[in-house]
Amino acid sequence: MPESPRHPATPSPRHAAKLFVAAALARSYARVAWLFRSRSWMIQETVLPVLAVAAFAYSYQAMLDPRSNPEVAAQYTGLVVLGAAMTTFWLNVLWGMGAALYWERDSGNLELFVMSPAPMMGVLTGMALGGMTTTFVRATVIATAGVLLFDVPVNPTSWPLLGLVFFLTLTALYGLGMMFASVFLRWGREAWHLVNLLQEPVYLLTGTNFPVSAIFPKAVAAAATLIPLTAGMDAMRQVLFRTPGIFGVWEEVAALAVLSVIFLFTARWLLARLERRAREEGKLTVRWQ
Amino acid sequence: MDTPAIRTENLTRTYRLPRRRWGKAPAPDAPREFTALAGVTLDVRPGELFGLLGPNGAGKTTLIKILTTLLAPTSGTAEVGGLDVVSQARRIRPFINMVSGGESSGYGILNVRENLWLFARMYGVPTALAHDRIDSMLGVVGLTEKAGSRVSHLSTGQRQKMNFCRGFITDPKVLFLDEPTLGLDVTSARAIRGFVREWMKQDPSRTLLLTTHYMAEADDLCDRLAIIDQGKVLACDTPGNLKKRVQEYPIFELSLAPGSGGWAKLGDLPGVHQSTAVEKPESIEVKVALFEEPAIGAVVQTLATNGARILALKKVEPTLEDVFIELVGHGLADAEETTAKGAPADA
Repeated sequence: MPESPRHPATPSPRHAAKLFVAAALARSYARVAWLFRSRSWMIQETVLPVLAVAAFAYSYQAMLDPRSNPEVAAQYTGLVVLGAAMTTFWLNVLWGMGAALYWERDSGNLELFVMSPAPMMGVLTGMALGGMTTTFVRATVIATAGVLLFDVPVNPTSWPLLGLVFFLTLTALYGLGMMFASVFLRWGREAWHLVNLLQEPVYLLTGTNFPVSAIFPKAVAAAATLIPLTAGMDAMRQVLFRTPGIFGVWEEVAALAVLSVIFLFTARWLLARLERRAREEGKLTVRWQ
Repeated sequence: MDTPAIRTENLTRTYRLPRRRWGKAPAPDAPREFTALAGVTLDVRPGELFGLLGPNGAGKTTLIKILTTLLAPTSGTAEVGGLDVVSQARRIRPFINMVSGGESSGYGILNVRENLWLFARMYGVPTALAHDRIDSMLGVVGLTEKAGSRVSHLSTGQRQKMNFCRGFITDPKVLFLDEPTLGLDVTSARAIRGFVREWMKQDPSRTLLLTTHYMAEADDLCDRLAIIDQGKVLACDTPGNLKKRVQEYPIFELSLAPGSGGWAKLGDLPGVHQSTAVEKPESIEVKVALFEEPAIGAVVQTLATNGARILALKKVEPTLEDVFIELVGHGLADAEETTAKGAPADA
């Protein structure tokens, strides 16, 4: 049976890699399909964040008087627009990634994934890719609307550097999301509360609507860069609006690269360990707990 | 000798029961554990369609979860294709699959074809081959017209049929079907049983483990059966041999016209073990237990010689229900009532 040529006893690395990619693309398909088939998202997930951006943008404009301080006003407004766009990724990491395996278990899909030969990291990568794609569309809509409505100048010091920072921010963020997914799989219902707990404080620590380096003491700001969203947004603001940052751009790029590697490897380790524990405790298949 | 397709030895699984519920301390004598499987030893040969028959809470689903690598046993060993389900789970997964009757898996936003494709890709089935198999399987279960319908728009039965297809599209060598026809209409259930039989014939190396509540389904499909209750295997044999356990002698029932004679002498005939009769206004119902089946000839001849008019004659076959009652001490329906009153049902 396992010796049969159709079911090789030990899959080759090439076969394993192909299965990883197949699983990732297949799982991401369900998320991307959602983008095209649930169009109501356009209102609640783009119009509402743009309204939130407007509130902060008008506050900054009222305080900084764009006629006498056009550059600073534009910088601050741009900072808020970028914050709103990037926050959509954080929300997706929390709700779309962190709680994902919990949802999958309750819908009965998790046991099918675990039982299949596809590596669970492949399945999680698929969730991440799908989440990134759909959130990228949302973030682009929010950013475009913000730039057009509030006349934000888009003139980065380097487009490739901006792309690199954005890519690393997403890699680190979704690596963190994969870690959350593994932990939440074991914790079950408590995961829900943890997601809620993480949502609001992170808005503050990442400086969604204000420059972290200008408000927090250096030590607090430096500690906050352990959250990839903080380091990523800070570096992107430096590249886009030339605002002072917590650290230099390249230092933050390095931090994001290190965080990405740490989060992805920890996610892989945690997933294997917690999946084993869940099998022992019978939690892979028990629903609503 | 062939490696067994499935082998378990002294397999045990216990679940820890919650000690506190809604802040209430448990009763001092409340059990700390629930034993779902208690030392199950089984061998299923390659090519066999093996059935597990038992009431809710008997341990059937727990056994399947362990064999499909979803649950670790508390003690004992379990192997699929000669590979250990705990230490070699990754090598088992490419050649197994499972379908549960009550499962609600799938993505509502995707249509039937997309859902089946998604799960086929988890096994590395190439897209073109997956679509061919999807077409073929949807035809089997009569869902071809629903291929493009979103899963969220399907009825429960249609969703169940979709999941049935999912199990076969990866062409598993060992397939686990957990109550596959539960809740399906008679025609669909019959079509599924017919397909399962054909699927097994197509490739003799395929093995199928089926759990079911339906005695007739088990009798109809399975090469061998294990009757399981409270986590223990009570008997394991072919349906025919299991039935022989409850009927030592062949039994025939005869219906005679009122006023017929000769039936009182049947017990004295050589070859007749026992004879009973009940006189009713419209007939005389006679039941004879024979040492050997051919003795029925002498019974009929005796009745005919004594002027009896035989209205009906039939051989009484024991059913698996009889076997179940003999082994478990109650019928399947009674056991389910008991389970509904408080025993853990999802073991």
